[in-house]
Amino acid sequence: MEFISMEGITKIFGSVIANRNVDFQVNFGEIHALLGENGAGKSTLVNMLSGIYTPDSGSIFIRGKEVKLASPRVAIDAGVGMIHQHFKLVEVMTAQENIVLGQKGRSFLRSEALTQKIKELSDRFQLGVELGKKVYEMSVGEKQTLEILKVLYRGANILILDEPTAVLTPQETEKLFQIMRRMKDEGCAVIFITHKMNEVLTISDRLTVLRKGEKVKTLETKNTNTRELAELMVGHPVNLSINRAATNKGEILLEVKDLTCVNEEKVEVLKGLNFTLSSGEILGVAGIAGSGQKELCEAIAGLYPIKKGEIFFESVNLVGLTPRKIIVKGISMSFVPEDRLGMGLVASMDMVDNIILKDYQNQKGLLINRKPAAAKAVNIIKKLEISTPGIHHPIKELSGGNIQKVLLGRELDSHPKLLITAYPVRGLDINVSYKIYDLINEEKKKGVAILFVGEDLDVLLELCDRIMVLCHGEITGIVEARETTKEDLGLLMAGEKHGSLGGHDR
Amino acid sequence: MMRMVKRSKMPRSKSTGIRLLAIFLALFTSAILITALSLHPLEVYLALFKGAFGSAYRIREVAVKATALTITSLGIAIAFKMQFWNIGGEGQICMGAFFASFVALNYPELPRPLLLTLMICAGMLGGGLWALIPAYLKAKWKTNETIITLMMNYVALKWLMYLQFGPWKDPQALGFPKIPNFSLNAILPKVWGVHLGWIFALLLVILVSIFLNHSKKGYEIAVLGESENTALYAGINISKTIVTAIFISGALCGLTGMIQASAVNNTLSMEISGGIGFTAIITTWLASLKPPLILVVSVLFAALVQGGSFIQTAVGIPQAVAGLLQGLILFFVLGSEFFIRYKVVWDRPFFNPATKEAQE
Repeated sequence: MEFISMEGITKIFGSVIANRNVDFQVNFGEIHALLGENGAGKSTLVNMLSGIYTPDSGSIFIRGKEVKLASPRVAIDAGVGMIHQHFKLVEVMTAQENIVLGQKGRSFLRSEALTQKIKELSDRFQLGVELGKKVYEMSVGEKQTLEILKVLYRGANILILDEPTAVLTPQETEKLFQIMRRMKDEGCAVIFITHKMNEVLTISDRLTVLRKGEKVKTLETKNTNTRELAELMVGHPVNLSINRAATNKGEILLEVKDLTCVNEEKVEVLKGLNFTLSSGEILGVAGIAGSGQKELCEAIAGLYPIKKGEIFFESVNLVGLTPRKIIVKGISMSFVPEDRLGMGLVASMDMVDNIILKDYQNQKGLLINRKPAAAKAVNIIKKLEISTPGIHHPIKELSGGNIQKVLLGRELDSHPKLLITAYPVRGLDINVSYKIYDLINEEKKKGVAILFVGEDLDVLLELCDRIMVLCHGEITGIVEARETTKEDLGLLMAGEKHGSLGGHDR
Repeated sequence: MMRMVKRSKMPRSKSTGIRLLAIFLALFTSAILITALSLHPLEVYLALFKGAFGSAYRIREVAVKATALTITSLGIAIAFKMQFWNIGGEGQICMGAFFASFVALNYPELPRPLLLTLMICAGMLGGGLWALIPAYLKAKWKTNETIITLMMNYVALKWLMYLQFGPWKDPQALGFPKIPNFSLNAILPKVWGVHLGWIFALLLVILVSIFLNHSKKGYEIAVLGESENTALYAGINISKTIVTAIFISGALCGLTGMIQASAVNNTLSMEISGGIGFTAIITTWLASLKPPLILVVSVLFAALVQGGSFIQTAVGIPQAVAGLLQGLILFFVLGSEFFIRYKVVWDRPFFNPATKEAQE
């Protein structure tokens, strides 16, 4: 029997049941998507297949034979290879050196025969990896392809890709999908983890939905649609359209002129940005991760040194003002980094102490009155459905999504004139994500100017009025969201300037 | 194979249980040691207790030691809350004592309340300024405060040595290197047989408690300690917060210096700090930076020291053994913190069938 079967898998961490009695079958020669919200147990399940965790109960069969995958090495010997979200590559080494690294019995990393062997493999799967190229010279897409080649070289024929598209442009995603199809044609089993439903519908043959650690259903991709999948993931029907509030653009609130910033290595991270933002408008910022989004947000908030240029807010130049003065002017900045805690919150403190972070200085006297903040905390918990043992519980013990809601709740509650929000729904459940889009739209209706840094292009197109695309710290285009397509944004993200887009439609 | 795994959270009752077990184990281990010296452990422990609380005089001695420890620990706690590792309590005590002594020796005839007030201000100023040097270096050039505060202890100590053997040497001491005694007006009065410092200590426990938990500055110190980026983001003036917190931290240590010089030694000498600055680091840490706990731990610690010196004469064990007892108790109690934060997991790879399969 040509398939991988996980039967009755249960895994418990402390008091949390990560997987409960999950059955999961994948055939060779198929792309199988594993779909579910954050915390649904997708990663736990595949981590047991790749030997990182061992199940508390249940069995795993590969081609009908029961296997005990006690470590990643045992798993790779059994043919299971995993491509992690964060690449495990040595930057200063070449592609080939990275592939051979850590393999037994090979003292020489550059023999001709070896090169030939890897090259054949690369050609067979049409990966197109340049074996002599150093990793630090590679784009994110190239690094990912190299990771794939690495596990193929180690003999994997069951490939697990953990949210592989999160870091890619639409064009790179398309290329990855081609590689995945190629692997399927070569008879590999491909397991694809994601929470982006449109990708699932494009690429997978079958899919399995997990919810709260349990398997909901396995179904054929061609027989389903986004609406059904969202319902399966969440457990009840969801409304998947963003109600874009009618735009009632006011005066220009923020005007950025020739903004240039350099980082500690003296590299220009923002290169002469020019744009304006009016009250009652949402300006989206799109771009591959690390294109200058963080620096832009921090520069406006007074946290990043500015080399050249001006930032006018209500006709006052913000450059050189302290962060405190900028907060007082009514500018709120919330950046949700990958680890979600970052700079906006104090991990060991409770919700109340985190909520007073931005406004305790407005209180009179030397002492802090925490009562209003406690009331606010209760309010925010209700409004954003935060699950926490209580307002005095250290926030680092909450789940990532809940931590993030604390941050957003506080920023929205501060009634800013300019709201800068970066990746506000990073890793949040569909439900909550849409609730947050609604909240942002509400702020827009109140006349707040909003700078929205996002990663999901569909959302940017539906939510924003205009979208500014950054690439390597430069603005490659500012486009009207209602008249733009995802493909256009993708090209801008990859660095093509707005003017050169003309030939695209052919 | 053995591995350490971080614990998520432990109920209070369990962590208290572990700490009590640690104390019991310390006493048990010491008992073996004492038996090896052909002494009866229970007798020694009883003597230890009697030495600390057996008479009014001994209780007063414990109070004097606990006062110095408490005030210094409170100061160190403020710095530690900001994750500024102030190891310089010793030096700050020395400089506080030096400033206070300067006032005491130059204006011995001032009325008592005025002179003492001036000495207190001078002592706090001395300790605070001395602590500001590493704070300034850290705020300006991000130097490592642990090393600098530690090194500055020795600078302060040598400065007192210079004074004692040089310019401040008492000409009437027949060549003996000592600094003249203070006038009566420069000595803290006693309340219930113990110098006034114990009242300061109790008041300060309350004040520092309010400062750390309910004041804006205290909050800023905690935020800054957690993450400088977050502090910046919240618009906290970082340099100002560092300077304020460290000045207060040093000032409290300086106050200890003033108290020791005025009430305990009645003069300034090289032995003024007597290791309080270092011991206070341990008490602060054991009390997890909480002022009320600092008071409790300091009293227990003072009792241990006082009782330890008593058993040397009472039971006739060498000084080294008394030190060993203290060391063992510390070792076990501090060691138990590890087991509160981590648990040990034993992996048994040889019994795992999968490994066998892989070897085939």
